[in-house]
Amino acid sequence: MATTPDSDGPAPPEVTDDQIAAMHDDPRFVELKRTLFRFTVPVLLAALAWYLVYVLLSAYARGVMGIVLFGNINLGLVLGLTQFVVTFWVTIAYSRFTARKFDQQSADLRDDIMNGGRR
Amino acid sequence: MNTLAQEMSDSNRILTIALFMVMVLVTIGITIQGGRTTRTATDFHSGGRGFSAWQNGFAVAGDYVSAASFLGIAGTIALYGYDGFLYSIGFLVAWLVALLLVAESLRNSGRFTVADALSYRMKQRPVRTAAAVSTLSVSIFYLLAQMVGTGALVTLLLGIKEGETFLGMDSGAAKVAGIVVTGLLMVAYVAFGGMKGTTWVQIFQACVKIGLAFVLAILVLAEYNFNLSTLLGDAAQASGQGAAFLEPGLRYGTEVAGDSLQTLWNKLDLISLGLALVLGTAGLPHVLIRFYTTPDGKTARKSVNWAIGLIGMFYLLTLVLGFGAAAMVGQEAIIAENPAGNSAAPQLSQVIGENLAGSTGGAIMLALIASAAFAAILSVVAGLIIACSSSLAHDLYNGVFKRGKASGHEEVIFAKFAAVGVGAIAVVIAVFAQDLNVAFLVALAFAVAASANLPTLLFSLFWKRFNTAGAVAGIYGGLISSIGLVIFSPTFSSTPTSLLGEGVDIAWFPLSNPGLVSIPLGLICAVVGTLMSSESNPTRFASMQVRALTGAGAEKASTH
Repeated sequence: MATTPDSDGPAPPEVTDDQIAAMHDDPRFVELKRTLFRFTVPVLLAALAWYLVYVLLSAYARGVMGIVLFGNINLGLVLGLTQFVVTFWVTIAYSRFTARKFDQQSADLRDDIMNGGRR
Repeated sequence: MNTLAQEMSDSNRILTIALFMVMVLVTIGITIQGGRTTRTATDFHSGGRGFSAWQNGFAVAGDYVSAASFLGIAGTIALYGYDGFLYSIGFLVAWLVALLLVAESLRNSGRFTVADALSYRMKQRPVRTAAAVSTLSVSIFYLLAQMVGTGALVTLLLGIKEGETFLGMDSGAAKVAGIVVTGLLMVAYVAFGGMKGTTWVQIFQACVKIGLAFVLAILVLAEYNFNLSTLLGDAAQASGQGAAFLEPGLRYGTEVAGDSLQTLWNKLDLISLGLALVLGTAGLPHVLIRFYTTPDGKTARKSVNWAIGLIGMFYLLTLVLGFGAAAMVGQEAIIAENPAGNSAAPQLSQVIGENLAGSTGGAIMLALIASAAFAAILSVVAGLIIACSSSLAHDLYNGVFKRGKASGHEEVIFAKFAAVGVGAIAVVIAVFAQDLNVAFLVALAFAVAASANLPTLLFSLFWKRFNTAGAVAGIYGGLISSIGLVIFSPTFSSTPTSLLGEGVDIAWFPLSNPGLVSIPLGLICAVVGTLMSSESNPTRFASMQVRALTGAGAEKASTH
């Protein structure tokens, strides 16, 4: 890390910026990046869109949010609780995704750069 | 229904103070322990990078769940019903941005501060300066919002009312004492314990506040045989609003009869708030620097899983506490105690305790919940101070003035003095500003984080063409537009609750929350700034992206 200020602690591993950058065009890295973004981008956009829908309904569709489903539980409350469900679900799904398709692949590339970079 | 002050005898206060003292002693002990093994800059700024996923997750929750969340959201729900719930949802969903896009990449591509990652492939000095300015702005706005409220909260928690004295202090003196004690403690945590001490303090305090909120919520639900519907029905009935209490519109986006323009502004204001909440969290520097305390990017990401679980559970609990307070304490009693509703959760704890074990039970529950709120103040404020001191020492002092030539030891010494300095300034401002309405500062902190920090951070991680001019323009554009719009908004002047009061009217911007305008403006500034400059460094981008996704060449944990 040539440009961040020096400090104490162990010296960084002997690998140059160019060696790391070289991995960027490696087909395995291109594939890793594509796999990751194909999961994260649509999932995040969908979750944020659902949140935005919820906020918009709270602002402009109060009659709908006030529809009573049972007892004193109305649609607004249930839709609010779905935000919690979606957040927890995405967290779990992302965990499983990274365990299956990301962590090992990413670690392999790292080992490749750090150990095999100069050979 | 009795108010706190009537119930609060001196012996009850002594119980509360005793619990506060226990909390202080335990956290000081933790701080000393953490400080013992703090030697290097990595130890001081990033706690040696040795924290596991659950540890950092708890610390993130301790850092994030403020007294404003603990008392404020419960209070808003108690007074306005449904609309308080909207707030907590924004605070939670926001974590998905941090989880999916930021945590792992930031951990892998930076060292101590947000500016490290932002300036990685840029010209160091201008970007570091800009990033430090926005880090300090967000942290100081947030810090002042917490500190100004602290005095009032401590007197509220101790039940000292206007005109009363306790230990020879009237309520004014007690407020000042509350601010000064909080200031001394947070500076002590940071200066003596560094990030290691602060992290353990935050882990401990997260357990205290979430644990006690959990116990209280279970007790409330038990009163209703765990039937949420009955609880909501009681709350709606007690509020006098009926079903409207359970629907949106009492607090945010209110409809003003006969004034369709004001109704339009109110609704846009709600959307603006919603945007700032959901996009601001992943740009809060005091939260982001916590990711550097883990050994690698994968652990940083997993710590967000813990944080989301804890924070999500906590906000579900506030729902029960808020509606519980509306049903069991009643709005009249809450407003009599504190017009903003901050006393709702403590008052609820007292009622629950009394139902269980008479007035002694009430006093014990009240003291416990007051300590949980005190823990929330201390842990958030300590996190903010360490974010300020890291940025001042690592970004401005070493990065900009010394051009990276200062040793780690010099940086740590500077950071400790910076912590003392920021703490002292915050205490002085908070003492003088305690009668001002500074609630807008939290909204402002989130707006700056969402408008200046998040867009530039994401562009820096993911947009190849992004460059120095774009980063600088994006940060200052987002920062200036957020602050500028708030200055010309109704929170600053023109209404009785404004900072400057009704007498001054410079408010031409109709929304209290600037995010709806400032977030797009920040984005546009970043894009236009980038395209107007020919600077481009594809190799540096390539290495940054490989680092971010694989962790190659990332900072390692300390070995001692």
